Amino acid sequence: MAQAITRASAPPPVRAAPRVRLPWPLSIYQTAVGKKWVMGLTGIALLGFILVHMTGNLHLYEGPREVHEYAETLRNLGTEIVPRTWLLWAMRIGLIAAFALHIHSAYSLSRMSLAADQRYPGGRNYIAASFASRTMRWTGPIIGLYLFYHLADLTWGWFNPDFVRGDPYHNVSESLSSVPVAIVYIVANVALAVHIFHGAWSMFQSLGVNSPRYNHLRRYLAATLAGVILAGNLSFPIFVQAGVIDDDGRSFVEELRHHGAAEEDH
Amino acid sequence: MSSEINLTLQVWRQDGPLAEGRFATYEASGISIDASFLEMLDIVNERLIESGEAPIVFESDCREGICGTCGLMINGQAHGPQKGTATCQLHMRSFNDGDHITIEPWRATSFPVLRDLAVDRRAMDAIIAAGGYISVNTGAAPDANLTPVPKETADPAFDAAACIGCGACVAACPNSAAQLFTAAKVQHLNLLPQGQAQRWARTEAMVETMEAFFGSCTNHGECEEACPKEIPIDFIAWTNRDYIKAKVKNRKLAG
Repeated sequence: MAQAITRASAPPPVRAAPRVRLPWPLSIYQTAVGKKWVMGLTGIALLGFILVHMTGNLHLYEGPREVHEYAETLRNLGTEIVPRTWLLWAMRIGLIAAFALHIHSAYSLSRMSLAADQRYPGGRNYIAASFASRTMRWTGPIIGLYLFYHLADLTWGWFNPDFVRGDPYHNVSESLSSVPVAIVYIVANVALAVHIFHGAWSMFQSLGVNSPRYNHLRRYLAATLAGVILAGNLSFPIFVQAGVIDDDGRSFVEELRHHGAAEEDH
Repeated sequence: MSSEINLTLQVWRQDGPLAEGRFATYEASGISIDASFLEMLDIVNERLIESGEAPIVFESDCREGICGTCGLMINGQAHGPQKGTATCQLHMRSFNDGDHITIEPWRATSFPVLRDLAVDRRAMDAIIAAGGYISVNTGAAPDANLTPVPKETADPAFDAAACIGCGACVAACPNSAAQLFTAAKVQHLNLLPQGQAQRWARTEAMVETMEAFFGSCTNHGECEEACPKEIPIDFIAWTNRDYIKAKVKNRKLAG
């Protein structure tokens, strides 16, 4: 035992122990495996959002009225218990928190790995690592930048002169009818699908979900998720460009508002 | 097919841990295809010594794939192109006449180069010292089968115990993570009844020592491909699971 307890002298550690030890369970987040757990759990939350977001957006194929009704449904979620839009905001705050944690854990784990890794001047041969797994640190920031653009474009209306607040159908068809904007959406959503292709498989490993009997299904699941999300999200810019989603510049919600105001006047 | 081949080697030469390294080119002519990779290096070294040059420093011991001492990055692949073998089990018949072979040491910040192709792997010893053992009073030899172990448990425990600690997983990992090594060393004890007493203390201590020296796993799977013992990355997932459990259980035990 004495032999086992005597520490072998090793090179200096690459990563210093945290200066301040946070109380449990926050201390788990101070470890790399703990961060990977947070990465996996927030990944599930973000993946769930993306899937619901994509599915919900399919209302675009039904028409402006249905999109408006869907948007109203979201704003009215939980109105039996809480005031209007409260539950929507609670979900948004949760999503922002998940996104922030996902980015922070990725950033600090990447820093840790870059400090530990040394390049091979003679080159390295990749056998198992996929294009998706090796580009996670590129696709991630691309998605982050795209997300900011996406919000600025369709939620805050910074770039769109024809923006009508609260009319998603109108804004989507006005924005995506521009070819450069459509290209941005297509490129970003391909990056998103590539990110999901590795992430959705990787989270099983990080969260310790591993059972030899079902392991082969994890890759299929990740590929299916990435494929479904890619197909759904790419369809919007493509069908706007094709003229399938188009309101001829007339905002349904604006007309509804005028109509409502006109009715009140009478 | 000729039984001898001529090769051009690009070998990493570095005079010491702090010295600047460089590639040196050597012609290795008339190498028997039945020679192992290390025997080929021995032949090259003999010729270097005869010509008055310093021989290439590399590590080896058993030369039958069970000790984990040898380990070279051959053409960008840990332990070379043959799957499931250490460098010593790789034979020159895996190469063709006229091939260029690039030979580098394992590279990671915690694997400083000692000289040429030999690296300091004591960071891995530190992980073992943190808990890769069982503290028991052995006493007299126990009766056979006193502690029953189901075959379903013994199989993966043996698979994990096959780890020879060569460091190929770290060398092959784009993050220089030692997850596969640590997971194998944690799980071959955690799976067995004898390992249960120290299971949670071991998992926490070994994983956290690993994190002090090596990078963070991003599940590329390169380690599994490089491993001369073909240890699967399933052990990494199991260790991730055990680690979070340990974080909860150790806190309860500490009161």
